Amino acid sequence: MSFLGKLTIEAVPYHEPIIMVALSVVALLGIALAVYLTKADKWGMLWNDWITSIDHKRLGIMYIILALIMLLRGFADAIMMRTQLAMATNGAEGYLPPEHYDQIFTAHGVIMIIFMAMPFMIGLMNIILPLQVGARDVAFPFLNNLSFWLTAGGAVLINISLGLGEFAKTGWVAYPPLSGLEYSPGVGVDYYIWALQISGLGTLLTAVNFLVTVFKMRAPGMKLMQMPIFTWTCTWANILIAASFPILTAVLAMLTLDRYMDFHFFTNEAGGNSMMYINLFWAWGHPEVYILVLPAFGIFSEIISTFTAKRLFGYKSMVYASGAIAILGFIVWLHHFFTMGSSANVNAFFGIMTMIIAVPTGVKLFNWIFTIYRGRLRITVPVLWTLGFIVTFTIGGMTGVLLAIPGADYVLHNSLFLIAHFHNTIIGGAVFGYLAGFAYWFPKAVGFKLDERWGKASFWCWQIGFLLAFMPLYVLGFLGMTRRLNHTDNPDWNIWLYIAAFGAVVIAFGILFQVIQLVVSFINREALDDTTGDPWNGHTLEWSTASPPQFYNFAKIPHVNDIDTWTDMKEKGEAYQRHEDYEPIHMPKNTPAGIQISASLTVFCFAMIWHIWWLAPIGLIGAIGFFIKRCYTSDVDYYVQPDEIKRIEHEHLKNAPKEVTA
Amino acid sequence: MSSVPSSLNPNDAGGHGDSHDHEHHDTGGNTVFGFWLYLMTDCLLFASFFATYAVLYMNTAGGVSGKDIFELDFVAVETAALLLSSITFGFAMIAAHAQKKALTLTWLGVTFAFGAVFIGMEIYEFHHLIVNGNGPQESAFLTAFFSLVGLHGAHVTAGLIWMTIMIIEVARRGLGSHTVTRLSCLSLFWHFLDIVWICVFTVVYLIGAM
Repeated sequence: MSFLGKLTIEAVPYHEPIIMVALSVVALLGIALAVYLTKADKWGMLWNDWITSIDHKRLGIMYIILALIMLLRGFADAIMMRTQLAMATNGAEGYLPPEHYDQIFTAHGVIMIIFMAMPFMIGLMNIILPLQVGARDVAFPFLNNLSFWLTAGGAVLINISLGLGEFAKTGWVAYPPLSGLEYSPGVGVDYYIWALQISGLGTLLTAVNFLVTVFKMRAPGMKLMQMPIFTWTCTWANILIAASFPILTAVLAMLTLDRYMDFHFFTNEAGGNSMMYINLFWAWGHPEVYILVLPAFGIFSEIISTFTAKRLFGYKSMVYASGAIAILGFIVWLHHFFTMGSSANVNAFFGIMTMIIAVPTGVKLFNWIFTIYRGRLRITVPVLWTLGFIVTFTIGGMTGVLLAIPGADYVLHNSLFLIAHFHNTIIGGAVFGYLAGFAYWFPKAVGFKLDERWGKASFWCWQIGFLLAFMPLYVLGFLGMTRRLNHTDNPDWNIWLYIAAFGAVVIAFGILFQVIQLVVSFINREALDDTTGDPWNGHTLEWSTASPPQFYNFAKIPHVNDIDTWTDMKEKGEAYQRHEDYEPIHMPKNTPAGIQISASLTVFCFAMIWHIWWLAPIGLIGAIGFFIKRCYTSDVDYYVQPDEIKRIEHEHLKNAPKEVTA
Repeated sequence: MSSVPSSLNPNDAGGHGDSHDHEHHDTGGNTVFGFWLYLMTDCLLFASFFATYAVLYMNTAGGVSGKDIFELDFVAVETAALLLSSITFGFAMIAAHAQKKALTLTWLGVTFAFGAVFIGMEIYEFHHLIVNGNGPQESAFLTAFFSLVGLHGAHVTAGLIWMTIMIIEVARRGLGSHTVTRLSCLSLFWHFLDIVWICVFTVVYLIGAM
């Protein structure tokens, strides 16, 4: 074994022009960014204000930046797959050889779920949840920073795999024995394992952090059943994370032991049982999809009630429906493998449980519709995403009920019908939700609104592109096309494959328009400036702060009497109150410990992937050492003085509406 | 878990007329609650390994089964050491809450000794099995056994390292509220591992040896 383990110059795929071009573009962008930061003398700002920041709002913004970059990467994979399948018909081979194509569909799934959707959801939760419950930060601000960097560490690993070695060719579920050492001897599965493991740890810590925040740090007066609905749905999602991510940790650890130490959890020999992997994986994987979609449901609820200027219809039923979905989400995992040998009774149980989930989901849909009913709905960009969601997600939900019938699943399992179904729910549910939340809370986080025209153009491209890209997949599923095919030879399929590829191009325009929207909004930021902190006449506490919020969130912690506290305060004339006396505010200081610990762990994971046995303990001990050092650092907090608070508050209130009526 | 120190300014609680601030500063309680939540997630980690053991323990692949390799007398002593360490940690916490530094250190030392005996015996057991050709690579049963028991052992080892650090902290800094909060977390961790071990002892050793 050499000094660098399995790592040699052969690990760089220099004979693959597509990868080399992609790497060159990334390198050029990286150099351009570095040059800009140096010229503008912004390295210090980047380090002091962002990388070491423990402010939940800044961490949230960093999560969303990570998510948007990963969205571009994941979408590049998607459009390559669609163009490959449109080209590789009638026996043609297309431009992506199977070993490359297999890595692309695996990376697409992992990136979109773990490194796009999760950071996007957690980013929105970071920015908004502490504000909604009237807290000055999360319960453990340093831990929050660490969680972000652990997620980023996983994202770094998965992107390194593009230029060093390979990624898994197993599909994003990495079922053994295919993902075992015998059939996947390369480093691809190891990248998969360690990237998921390190980011999963970050996610788990986030859930614990936000659960403590919600249960222990709500503003005085706020009962649990007065928490804003987004906070509630995030809380259900966090409970699901706390209950399901340990299972992912366990199953990945078992696969690691099989691959590294010749254990026999999932092997074909010596009594191993690969079905155990599949069960454990989905015992995490199914709750995971509800983790993604529940916060999105919360976002839609906030948007609908804000833009109809009405109280949300059926708040309590919304909370209980979310809880029902969260609990049912744990007893349906077997529907992912109806065809793999369970008895008819077992399949029937899981099929029925799956169908029952449609009930609380239906409750939610009707609640949204009843909220709109007789309201004055303002058709803004967030509302467009919400309306698009209501239609799209309903289709996805119904195809899900169809797939929940074990008999039908025997026909459709692993077909493109399934692919169409889960994209229909994840894009139409989660992604539309995050993009709605992005448009809705952008002024709160950044200080100016997004351009409406480009936002609407982007929405329509996404909505139409989605239908064009995925409705044909339902047809292809019925026509018998299975997933993960590299090339096909069936003339009946061709036209649908062409339409799907065209749909992907339309979505590409949706993404392009979003980039343009950001640029245009930045240029026009003075015209779009949000001076009051409450651009939409919102209902909940985040709109009582400035945009962007003061770093301490609330100069005086508000007292809560109502679900729609901010509306209540505006109606009673308690909003925008000036004070002359402020108490000093106790604040935590920024710290480099999060990135130090995460960087060490990322080095550890990299060393494990490439079997660099001298480096792995250095990384691991380094991480533990940095953690202990952090524990014994005493200079971790300070007080914001009343003078400064007064100055900041009065600056914000200068722009407040004089006559406050809701 | 110790992101915001609660005790740097003893005037915190009284110094603010604003009772709302209390919640923000009461991070000791938050820390213990947060740590307890983390332990619940750890519990699910163990549950996954227990479930896997339950699925795989019959799959001996022609090799040894639990009946052939478990020595209940040996494991009983091991178990006694760990259970006693839980009691002595309880004594350490009583001493810590009473602000008796020397007594706290003594009981922590005794707890560490019992914990070290437990880990020493477990390592001996594993070593004994491996040199006799019954290592974790031999069958799915042995894989599941080594992993479940080893996962618990890894936790106890981490607990011992943590305890070492806490002994140094108590010796150097005394029993400030911050230190007592950390001791409370370690105490939760240690009792939790005890409960998990009772499950391991029952599910793996007692049922396996019968």
